[in-house]
This record gives sequence, C-alpha cells and structure tokens, in this order.
Amino acid sequence: MALLAQLARGCTSKITKFPIEVAASTICVHHFSSRVPYDTYNNTKARRARELRPRRNYLKNDDVEKHRSSFLQDKPVLEEDVDQQPASVPRDFRHVMPEFLPNPNPLMRDRISERLERMDMYQRRAVIDIPEFYVGSIMAVTMADKYAPGKQTRFVGICIDRGGHGLRANFILRNYIDGQGVEILFDLYNPTLQKIEVLKLEKRLDDQLFYLRDAPPEYSTVPFDFQPVPLPRGATVPINSIKVKLNPRPWLERWERMNLQGIEDLELPEKFYIRAKAVAKPWEKYDLMKQYRASVNDDEAATIMKEVLSKTGTTKRMGGQQKISLRKGR
Amino acid sequence: MAEAEKLESTAEWSLAETRNFYALLYTTNCLQELRKLARVRVVDNSALGRAATVAGKPARIIHVYNKQEVACLGDKVLLAIKGQKKRAYVVGCKQKQQPNIPRFDSNNVVLVEDNGSPVGTRITVPIPSALRAKEGDFTKILSLATRFV
Repeated sequence: MALLAQLARGCTSKITKFPIEVAASTICVHHFSSRVPYDTYNNTKARRARELRPRRNYLKNDDVEKHRSSFLQDKPVLEEDVDQQPASVPRDFRHVMPEFLPNPNPLMRDRISERLERMDMYQRRAVIDIPEFYVGSIMAVTMADKYAPGKQTRFVGICIDRGGHGLRANFILRNYIDGQGVEILFDLYNPTLQKIEVLKLEKRLDDQLFYLRDAPPEYSTVPFDFQPVPLPRGATVPINSIKVKLNPRPWLERWERMNLQGIEDLELPEKFYIRAKAVAKPWEKYDLMKQYRASVNDDEAATIMKEVLSKTGTTKRMGGQQKISLRKGR
Repeated sequence: MAEAEKLESTAEWSLAETRNFYALLYTTNCLQELRKLARVRVVDNSALGRAATVAGKPARIIHVYNKQEVACLGDKVLLAIKGQKKRAYVVGCKQKQQPNIPRFDSNNVVLVEDNGSPVGTRITVPIPSALRAKEGDFTKILSLATRFV
C-alpha cells in the first residue's frame, strides 16, 4: 500500500528499481489500447454513427430547452420561476391529480406538447371545479345536451376506472338504472361538462372495479337523488373495504387471475387456482426497471406538480370535498 | 403452451380437455359486435319479444342494414324471432362507445313493423340521449322511451 501511495504522489525516485513501476506502465498501455471490445454493452461503431447522424424534423430536447430558457427570450421560463411560491407539494399528489403527470412511455413523451396541454388544463380548471376523486367514489356529472329539455343531463354513478394522461384524461361512471347496467366514459377536460361533483369521496381496495359488471346489481346501484356525504375538513380519504360477491361463471374476464382484493372467495374448482398460479408473475413486483419504466420519475413529477400547484393555487387538499361540505352547511 | 402440447400428444381427448385446449387458444376478449347471428334483447313491452325471452330463445340478427354489416347505436336490423322476421332498431350496445355515449350491459333493440311504427307501446330501459339527434322513423321509438341517459 505504501508503494502505491508513493506512486500516486509521483515520488518515483526511490522505487525505480522495483518491478511495480513496470507493472504500472503496462496498466497504462492497456488502458489506452483498450483491450475491451467496443461492442460490449451494445455500444457498436454503427450504433454510435447512427446516433450522431442528423435526423430530419428532429430537435433534441436539450437544445430546445436551452433556447426556451435563454435570456434572449421575452419571458424565459425558468425552473426557479416555478419554485417561487412556497407551495408545499402534498404527499400523495400523484393520486390527487394524476392526469397532470405525462405518459411514462418514453415513445409517447413530448415535453412541448405536455406543457401546452398543461396550460390548457389550467385554463379549463379556472372555469370548472374538478374535485379530487378516486376509483370507488360516487360522482355526478352534468353535461350539456342540446336535445334534452333543460339543455343539460345529469348522470350519477360509481367511478370504476380512471385513466388517460393530460387533456385526454377520462373516467368511467357506472350505475344500474331500471334493471339495466349503464356505463358512461367522460373526458375530464371536455368543455361540454358543466359540473363534476363528488357525492361520496372514498377509495376501494382495487384500482379498477370492472368486476362490478359481473356482480349483482346492488353493488353498482346509486340513486339519482343521492345526497352528498360530507367529510370532515382535513380527514384522510376513507377506504371502503367492502368485498363484492360475484355472480357465478361465465364472466367477462378471468377474475381469479387478477389478484383482486375487493371480491369474496370465488368458489371455483381447484384447477382454476392451479392455472392462475401457473400464469402468475409474482416476481414483477421486484422488477425495479419495470416499475421505473411504468412511472414518471420523482424529480420530474415534483417539478410538474410544483408548477401545477402554483398555477391552480390549490395548495390545500381536497378542494372539491370542502366545497361540498360548505354547500351542505348553507 | 406446455399444456397444449401435452394435450396434443394424447390420442383421445375428453370433452373437458378439448374445451381447455380451445380456452388456451383464444385469449382475447369478445368484441361484442352486432353481426349476423348475434343474440339481442328486445326491450319494448311487445308480446313477441316477451314470448321469445320466456321461451329461452332470444332474437337473432339475420341482417344489418348498413354497408359495414356491423350494427351500431341507432342502426336498423332484421331479426329472427319466434320463427318470424321482424325489423328492429338498436337502442343500446355492449361494445365500447365514444365518450359521453352510454354503454349498456346488454344489446338492446326495439321491434318495429315494416311501415316503421313500433310494435310495443313502452320501452322499459333507459335510452341513450344521443339518439334524439336522429330523425324520421326514430322519433316514434323515442316517444316510447321512459328515461334517457
């Protein structure tokens, strides 16, 4: 170790006779000649040439970002501008306003269009109150309908799915009306929606409730005159741990393979569970790369949500729910 | 696919094994398209529709009056019901719909006579509000509706 330390300091006068110096020189030679082949890690000469080749109608995002934040612009958009307001990012912001986060698929990413869409979303949110809601919440949507007598219709139902990114965010409401299951998919930022109400804010044990299609009607029946259920200010969103008893087979999907928490025991023959176990992929929850690819990284999400909070001014949680409780109190 | 190969290697299949094999082959969901021979539910209060339901033989589409040969909301179809040929309009689909258009749990139709007047006098299920944009014979059907969604 002492010899190595001397080498590092450049004190070679004392150790010229030692063979270690020879070894050190050979190491240097090896480093520059690089015995490691180029195609390790798929870094081939052809691939590097392909990446360097100029592409038509293509701008590197770094270059665009540099010009956008240039001081030569009239109003350069800087990250510091976004950070000015001391808005504290709520802990579960990803779940309160998930539609502001972009599609995690890198092939679908386009920073400019994402920013433009967010601007449109702020404009829409300035006009209509889009409350906090989750899959399992009971909601009412009033939309413009030029053929209806009052030029508007109202649909009440339980939210069974929520999806989409940016302006294309949507949710599905399900209800059972006159012995008939009815579902409507609404675009969250559709300008023909006049009012979105959350009548009962709660979560369920699953991310999607499509199994209500195979359940008895009482699980998805919501009366149209359902009164809003107020939630105390600052309370956490309650989780409804109801277990749904599904109808006997045949079903629309193989629910026994989906690891659902919100359904009762399905009472199937043993072979169904054996097959479900055979096709299950229990290792996927340990696949860090898969999780990384399926989600927007935390730094980027925090930057976006800081911008969202500064633009919409909703620093407090559960804006919609508080408004409902106020309306009830009047 | 290992199980499918195992099934193939056996000389004689039981009925259950055959079913399992085909269950392995078809893994996609049904498209729920209203083509020829699709079963539909008659939702007006006509005696013919109720008799077909009671007999356990729901009406079948035997022709779709459009070029695609797949019936959508508001399309006219020809039904085979209780040994008769009847025309009907589709007033609710199970298939995935556009935003703001309701999707129903069953494929609903309303029977009409050849002259376009409805057979029944009342429709028992909700009707999509978007159908109110339709003109012509359809207004006779819409006047039977009890509820719009």
